[in-house]
Amino acid sequence: MSNGLWTDALTRLKKNKLALLGAAFLLLEVAVFFLAPLFSQTGYEVQDLEMTFSAPTQLHWFGTDSLGRDLLSRVLFGGRVSLTVGLLASLVSALVGVVYGSLSGFLGGKTDNVMMRIVDVLYALPFIFLVIILMVYFGRNFVLLFVALGLTQWLTMARIVRGQVLSLRHKEFIEAAHSLGIRKRKIILKHLIPNTLGPVIVYLTLTVPSVILEEAFLSYLGLGIQAPLASWGTLIKEGVDVMDLAPWTLFFPAFFLSATLFSLNFLGDGLRDALDPKGARD
Amino acid sequence: MHRTKLFLATVYFLTLFSTKLFPSPQVLNLGNGSEPKDLDPHTVTGIPEFQIIQNLFEGLVGKDPKTLEPSPGVAESWKLSKDGKVYTFKLRKNAKWSNGEPVTASDFIYSWKRLLDPKTASEYAYQGYYLKGGRDFNQGKMKDPGQLGIKSTDPLTLEVTLENPTPYFLSLLYHHSLYPVHQATVEKHGMRWTRPENLVSNGPFRLKKWQMNQVITLERNPEYWDASNVKLEAVNFFAVEKVETEEKMFLVKKLHATASIPTEKVPFWMKDTSGVFRRHPYLGTYFYWINVNRAPLNNPLVRKALALSIDREKLAKFVLKGGQAPSESFTPPGTGGFKPESRLPKDLSRLTEAKKLLAQAGFPEGKGLPPIEILYNTSEGHKKIAEAIQEMWSENLGVKATLYNQEWKVFLDTQHSKNYMVSRAGWIADYNDPNTFLDMLTTGNGNNHAGWSNPDYDALIHQAAKELKPKKRYELFQKAEEILLRELPVIPLYVYTRLYLLSPDVQGWFENVEDIHPLKYVWLK
Amino acid sequence: MGFQYLFKRLAIMVPIFFLVVTLVFFMIRFAPGGPFSSEKSVSPAILKNLEAKYHMDEPLVSQYIRYWKDLLRGDLGPSFKHANRTVNEIIQESLPVSVELGLLALAWAVIIGVSAGALAALKPNTVYDYVPMAFSLLGICLPTFVVGPVLVLVFGLWLQWLPVAGWESWQDRVLPSLTLGFAYAAYISRLTRGGLIEIRGQEFIRTARSKGLTESQILIKHSLRGGLLPVVSYLGPALAGIITGALVTETIFNIPGLGRFFIESAVNRDYTVVMGTSLLYFTLIFLCNFLVDLVYAILDPRLKYV
Repeated sequence: MSNGLWTDALTRLKKNKLALLGAAFLLLEVAVFFLAPLFSQTGYEVQDLEMTFSAPTQLHWFGTDSLGRDLLSRVLFGGRVSLTVGLLASLVSALVGVVYGSLSGFLGGKTDNVMMRIVDVLYALPFIFLVIILMVYFGRNFVLLFVALGLTQWLTMARIVRGQVLSLRHKEFIEAAHSLGIRKRKIILKHLIPNTLGPVIVYLTLTVPSVILEEAFLSYLGLGIQAPLASWGTLIKEGVDVMDLAPWTLFFPAFFLSATLFSLNFLGDGLRDALDPKGARD
Repeated sequence: MHRTKLFLATVYFLTLFSTKLFPSPQVLNLGNGSEPKDLDPHTVTGIPEFQIIQNLFEGLVGKDPKTLEPSPGVAESWKLSKDGKVYTFKLRKNAKWSNGEPVTASDFIYSWKRLLDPKTASEYAYQGYYLKGGRDFNQGKMKDPGQLGIKSTDPLTLEVTLENPTPYFLSLLYHHSLYPVHQATVEKHGMRWTRPENLVSNGPFRLKKWQMNQVITLERNPEYWDASNVKLEAVNFFAVEKVETEEKMFLVKKLHATASIPTEKVPFWMKDTSGVFRRHPYLGTYFYWINVNRAPLNNPLVRKALALSIDREKLAKFVLKGGQAPSESFTPPGTGGFKPESRLPKDLSRLTEAKKLLAQAGFPEGKGLPPIEILYNTSEGHKKIAEAIQEMWSENLGVKATLYNQEWKVFLDTQHSKNYMVSRAGWIADYNDPNTFLDMLTTGNGNNHAGWSNPDYDALIHQAAKELKPKKRYELFQKAEEILLRELPVIPLYVYTRLYLLSPDVQGWFENVEDIHPLKYVWLK
Repeated sequence: MGFQYLFKRLAIMVPIFFLVVTLVFFMIRFAPGGPFSSEKSVSPAILKNLEAKYHMDEPLVSQYIRYWKDLLRGDLGPSFKHANRTVNEIIQESLPVSVELGLLALAWAVIIGVSAGALAALKPNTVYDYVPMAFSLLGICLPTFVVGPVLVLVFGLWLQWLPVAGWESWQDRVLPSLTLGFAYAAYISRLTRGGLIEIRGQEFIRTARSKGLTESQILIKHSLRGGLLPVVSYLGPALAGIITGALVTETIFNIPGLGRFFIESAVNRDYTVVMGTSLLYFTLIFLCNFLVDLVYAILDPRLKYV
């Protein structure tokens, strides 16, 4: 059963050119970003006070910033940070969401009702305010950042997973397994989770861009990634302030941010369509 | 035809005289930085507040807009006693509040008592400590405000008795903490007395509108004794937090003047030939505090090595780019005419000396020295300076530094509780005299965040406070600066420079080191 | 039957409200840095006086209880930073501004979004589809704080058609609301397109077509109602997003709205303003979602709320 599901999905995905493009871009990006330090000469923090704000040249492909730092290196570094934060936060949200959702769906009945009621209510709360308060008052450290961001996203995941679990519970093969006397835990591990993996991956792919944008938002307010680290959010913030003076400082980070978000969205949509072609499940 | 000719003639003459009949409105639009906390002269501490308050209220003494010399304000003349401790002010007969009531000596007595009253909890109460009994009254040691050194024999005569002779006292009177407030208004409206519908003031302007986080509008005060010479009809102080936004507003002519310039655009504006770019030195020093009670910074050799290895010229030229003068002393040269003689060396020999000192202290080439933490409050500007200094220490001394920033309130707390190693700081003069910089570093002074204590230094400052002869005073200050640059509880970096944009239409605005531009003298072309 | 559910929803708000107040109260009180820290050092005596004035010298629990007492009377307390205003007054002045900004942004989002989405749905896989959808992707991926300053640069500085900042004349409203609404217009256009395309494939549409109605007639008379359902359900989160997105927009355009006060008060440790604005935001957003659910229930009788 599972085999068929995956191969079907893959075929459909391959037909979606945009999703493939997105996937290719992302792979390329990740490769370049994480392997670049092995080759790159100019570090992201090396200053050259006599070469501030120079336009792109052979020496500095993306130009330099206000302290004469090489923008290319900074964009690559920022990319690593942004992608890492995005991934980590999404994993946090996935973890919490999957556990909560599967528990709720599996337990069913009144417990499920209550748990989902809580989700409904929490859905209405703007977590970003809590995050802002948290970041202002408890210092900005990296771990707090992606945990807090992750916690703003787990609700959708919980709902999705719970929905999947509910629909699977009643499927024949589960009932068959149940009647064969296989323990609940095994059912969860061997059947439910692999079948919910699909939607989880889809929404994971769609959560990452949201988190990256939220981090950029926080950075613009001065609350996100702190010096000496840099992320696309902080680079864009610096670039916006001088965009009439040195447009390349805005253009390159903004371009990479948008392209990455594009790709993630395309890929996520493609995966979703591939796994559930009927879906207009928004 | 007859009627057409008449019509045309009327139009012709109207246009001829229209510039006289309808002159361009005398409404000045100023960028004023952050939203003012309040307009109560006794409880505010910030520059945006001061800019507005100095035009709403008037103190005993004003300032000449060009020379900054004391000029008659509410007081039309004054006498000083031989021992330099008693001032007698004669108030002018026609000084009035905006509601028509006369300004009298009792207004000043009430106001200064209010400043010093512990219940007011004024952060500038210490400006009243120059008054006899001021400190004791504010700190609760003296309960009867009637014993303060301020009395009036008649409504137009005010007698002020000081603790010590204070040569800069008249200059001090321009500070907003010593302005008068209208007693009946304050008592009637309590915390709301500064609202536009309630505020009564005695300056060239009165408060018309206050829209939070947008604009505060002042209009000409017809009751002001010199109202006939005030040309501006209204002034709008715009609360624009983002410097970049302010600059754009100036470029589209929505503002006549900005409060500052985005740091990144400074080199661009430095090349400006249109004259809108204004740049002049400002009485303030940007420096780093060194926590002298934390190892290894408790070793003066280490401190000196760190100070010498910073290339202040490079910092000013490439990081700040605003033509700021790199500091060579703690007190900016020219403060009250003071020219510090002890200087931090500029040439490259200082690098070799720095390396030598560090080795002498037991950390040759920085080996064994724990990383130095540099604290700054969150801002791109401070960050860049800290990053540059981090580089310089690493390159020149092999010393590793780590940066950490906190947002403003936490930063201040950390500084005050001395939980830092090196911290960024700035100090703007409260009045035009070196004492405002130097007395901050005496033992136990609330603003001495380094925790530094040097009895010789303290003695010099205390002596100077009592010294009547200006020349001798300054000699004492020279000795004090010498000690400072030897012990280095602070590393001075650069002298503040006022950088802002000013429309060529603004007249009567003169550049000066205190950056004071009383708007009663300003008008628009 | 529907109202029972809705009533339950409202009832849940009470414990949530309680939770939020407690959470925020203790979070900000436990954090380092107080409201009275300032550059020119405050002497211990003066600090004591300031604290007494604001009841900050009392134990934390009694401050908490005092806060609730005031809250139940509708009094959100004085502001620490804005000495001559209470929190209620601050909210009174700034809330209408944010509401106006939000509604205008929403209007842009719906008008542009639905039109673009409908156009794309009418002629799928043509230029009329690709161009709007490309723009919509751009809207989703570009943050407000990039879009805003770019618009200001182009329309404010270069062309000088519109003001660069402020909130006085009607022209001041254009760029900020457009900036804020842009991202949501993007989402809405995609939702509209998707929703409409799905509806079109359904039975009753084919019936209408066979009756001889034109495509656009079909669109307006039949598709829109059902096709817009996803848009309606999105309005809840959209409003929430607009309200939070306003934080940055208000900063960029120097608008005296609630968002700027929230951020500024958080940074300044203006406790009462932080509490007041946070509570207001939570309430606002909760109500928005509630209203949207209400509208959704009315529009789509197929759904049951038990």
